[in-house]
This record gives sequence, C-alpha cells and structure tokens, in this order.
Amino acid sequence: MELDDQLFRRDSGRIVTVLTRIFGFENLALAEDVAQDVFCRALEVWKLRGVPDNPSAWLMKAAKNRAIDLLRRERTGRGAEERLSRLLQSEWTMTATVDELFTTSSINDDQLRMMFSCCDPALAEETQVPLILQLLCGFTADEIAAAFLIRRDAVAKRIERGKKILAASKHLFDMTDADLPERLSAVHRALYLLFNEGYHGASKETPVRAELCREAMRLAALLLDNPRVSTSASHALCAMMWLHAARLPARVGAGELVSLYDQDRTLWDAVLVEKGISFLEQAAQGEHVSEYHLQAAIAAVHARAEKAEETDWAQIVWLYDTLMEITPSPIVALNRAIAVAQRDGPEAGITAINAITQNDRLASYPFFPAAMGELELRAGRAQAARGHFEEAVSLARSASERRFLQRRAAAAVPDASRR
Amino acid sequence: MSEYVFLYRGGRRAESPAEGEKQMQRWVTWLQDLAAKGHIKDQGQPLDREGKVVRRNGGSRPVITDGPYPESKDIVGGYTLIEAKDIEQAAELAGGCPIFEFDGLVEVRPVMQM
Repeated sequence: MELDDQLFRRDSGRIVTVLTRIFGFENLALAEDVAQDVFCRALEVWKLRGVPDNPSAWLMKAAKNRAIDLLRRERTGRGAEERLSRLLQSEWTMTATVDELFTTSSINDDQLRMMFSCCDPALAEETQVPLILQLLCGFTADEIAAAFLIRRDAVAKRIERGKKILAASKHLFDMTDADLPERLSAVHRALYLLFNEGYHGASKETPVRAELCREAMRLAALLLDNPRVSTSASHALCAMMWLHAARLPARVGAGELVSLYDQDRTLWDAVLVEKGISFLEQAAQGEHVSEYHLQAAIAAVHARAEKAEETDWAQIVWLYDTLMEITPSPIVALNRAIAVAQRDGPEAGITAINAITQNDRLASYPFFPAAMGELELRAGRAQAARGHFEEAVSLARSASERRFLQRRAAAAVPDASRR
Repeated sequence: MSEYVFLYRGGRRAESPAEGEKQMQRWVTWLQDLAAKGHIKDQGQPLDREGKVVRRNGGSRPVITDGPYPESKDIVGGYTLIEAKDIEQAAELAGGCPIFEFDGLVEVRPVMQM
C-alpha cells in the first residue's frame, strides 16, 4: 500500500495540537518530539508488517498511548489548563479524558484554537503563516522554505522566535476570549496568504504548493464548524478559496501556467464551484462586506461564464471598484485596469494602468509589465508589447512563470496582435 | 524447502519522517516480492531497540541491566521467517534487503528441524 504524502504531516499537526493542549506551550518541543517519534516507530513496524488499512488511526492510537505513558510518569498534566489538569492527574479520569482529547471533534476544536494561537498579535504576519504550517500542517522548515521560495535558515529563525512567544501564552487560545474578533481577522488574513501563496505559485515543479491551498482550505473549513467564528467573512473566505481552487486543474494541468482567459473551463472542478457558490450565498447573509466577499464574488462571475468571452466584465469592474474602496492596493488596481480593458478596450486599460501609483511591490511584480504587454499587443503595438513582456520575464519568480512569460513575449509579433 | 530466520541487525533509524517513509517503502516492496515468490513463512515482527539484559553472573540472583543499547551496532531490530531451497538461496534472497543501504546487515540462520 502506498502511503499518502500528507499522512504524516496532517497527523503530526493533530498530535502536536493535542499534546500542546495536555502539556501546554512550554512543552511544545516535547509535543513535536512525540509526533516525530510516533511516526518513526510506526514505520519500523510497518516496514515488516505492511501499512495498516487505517494508518492514521494507528498513529493516533500510538500517540495516545505515548501521552498516557508520559502522564503516568509525570503524575501531572503539567502545563494543561486548570480544569483539564485536574482530570489528567487522577488515574480515575485520566484515560477517559485522554480518549476524549483524541476524538476527531476535540482535535478539530483544538486545531482551531492552535490556529488562533499562531495568529497572536505579538507575532509578525511573516511568522504566523510558517508557524501554522509547521504546528498545524506538519511541514518542516525545509518544506516551508521550498514552498515560499525563501531561505531555510530564515524560516527556521522565524519559527524559533515564534515558538518562544507562543511559550509565553501557556495554553491554546481560549475561544471565549474578548480578543476573538481581532484574532479572527488575523486568522483570515493568514489563511488568505497561505492560500494565495499556494495558488499563485502552484506548478509542476513545486507540487508542495498545491498542498498549501488544500491546507488553507482544510483550516478555513474548521472556522465554519464553530458558531463563534463561522461568520459571514469566514464563509466569504471559504467561497473565495473554493472558487479559485476549482480552477487549479485548468491553471496548472498541462504542467504550464495557463491564464484565466485561455483555460479549458471544462476542467474546472464543478463540485468546488458549487460549494464555493453556496458558501458565497451564506456569506451574503451578513451585513458587513469584507474583501473576501468581493474576491469571492469576482471569482463567482468568472465561474458563471462558460466561455471567457461571456464574462460579465461590467460586473467585475464594479466589484473591483468596491474592493478598491475597502482595501486599496496596486495589485487590486492592476486587476481592475485589466477588467476595464476587457470592458472598454485596450486603450482604456492602458490609461487605467498608467494611472496606478507605482510602488516597490508593483515594480517587482512580473504580471504588471505582463499586463501592459497584453494590452499593447491587443492595441496592435507588438514592438512595445515585446518590451513589456521581456521586462516581465526578467522579474519571473519561478521557472513556470518564466516559461509562461517567455511564451507571451514570443507571441508579441506584428501579425499576432489579435488574441 | 527449509526454513531460515533473517535477523536484521543494525541499520540506522530514520532521522526524518520523509527518510523513514523512503526506507519503509523499500522494505515493503522487498518483502512483497519475497511473499509473491512464496518465500515468506512468517513476516515476523520488529523489536523495540530498548530493553533489559538479564544475566546471572555466577551469583544466586539474576542481575538485570538496561540494554542492549539502541546505539550498539549489531542490535537485532526484527526478524522474518523464510522458506528457501537451501542456505545458499536464503542468503541470496537476503542480498536484496534494503537494510544494507542504511548501514545494517542480515544474519541468515537455518531453523533446526527435529
């Protein structure tokens, strides 16, 4: 039997979470050691006996036994919250309590709390996401570095610093805490970043990145299971993720990036689209409109168009206008300009792009010159288009982005001005 | 057909889950292949690397110490009961064991038949 790549990562995240609940953040290192040890021992057994039918259940049972051993040896639920600690100290209640902590619903609740812990305002955003990936999703520093295209030691340093701050908070975040609403926005933001990183970076060379999307979706779905945090914005975030994820098979299917306009829409995952639309309907029941509502609504307009030419661009421009009011950013402005070009023609798009205030972030964003290239090409100025595409190639952040942009540059010849 | 025991000695434990998974896949493939060819009598069991050693040391009571130590080179990590034509064939079958890639060895011992 082949082992699922994600098996260890996911179960490791679960084990670390439950053991942190039992032993507190001060013993996070212990929790991580146990998770690792449980898996290595499992492999020793499996290599002779074969992989069991339900490896996940096997791992969780082994972790549970290790937790009980540790508790017996220590005679204390050191680090646990007060009430839990009492239950863990008595032999009468200990086993049943640990059993309860290892049930799926309890693990899910605790993963949610861990997620809120990782989004502590004392932690920088650039630390929150790697911490979530490590503690909840079982990624190693190497895997995180590979996924985010950053240096391993930089990741390791952030995580280490983050864990020190977490240690000070003792227990998993309390979902009845008054800070909940602010934490929830931070959690939304972190999951949004996690998803986007996976979505925009997904390619055949970095398969781990599609997994970032899956993990972001799994964690976001946990929000919907808890009435305290299954807000309208949480639904909107899920809608946005599901609708975008639906396009992934068409986006990277052939091993190369395919732009939204050129995607084979029959490859879009209808189940994810339907689910995304239903999340969006639930999100619409709230009074507050978040950026996630608008992002999801834009994705929904695309999802409804069976062909790229049938897209309701006027609707999309309107949604981007609203998005600019809530969260103005050069990237949003760029996407708006592209939508304007679709609605009013390339010249209008170029005017809109030229009106965007330049900043450093946009200056290194390959799809900024690429967008100019597309519009110049459509306006019949192949020479100018080529220059923009070449600039975009020089800014490419991955091999697949580079190949994609090189193909566009090669297409910028005078007789190819009509797409 | 005669019976032989493969004793797996030494072999470093995986340092990361990813390495462990790679090791395991090799073992599973190797054992499945042996099983398909009808050589597996009992797939055996892994042995924990920590335990106790009991000696008498000439005294009247057994002396119990910790050991063998996990770091000792030739510690037995598991066994499999094999069926083969003769010891030469058994030894040849052991030659495909993935343990060699992880600094271990296989001891092939005939089971004494009454």
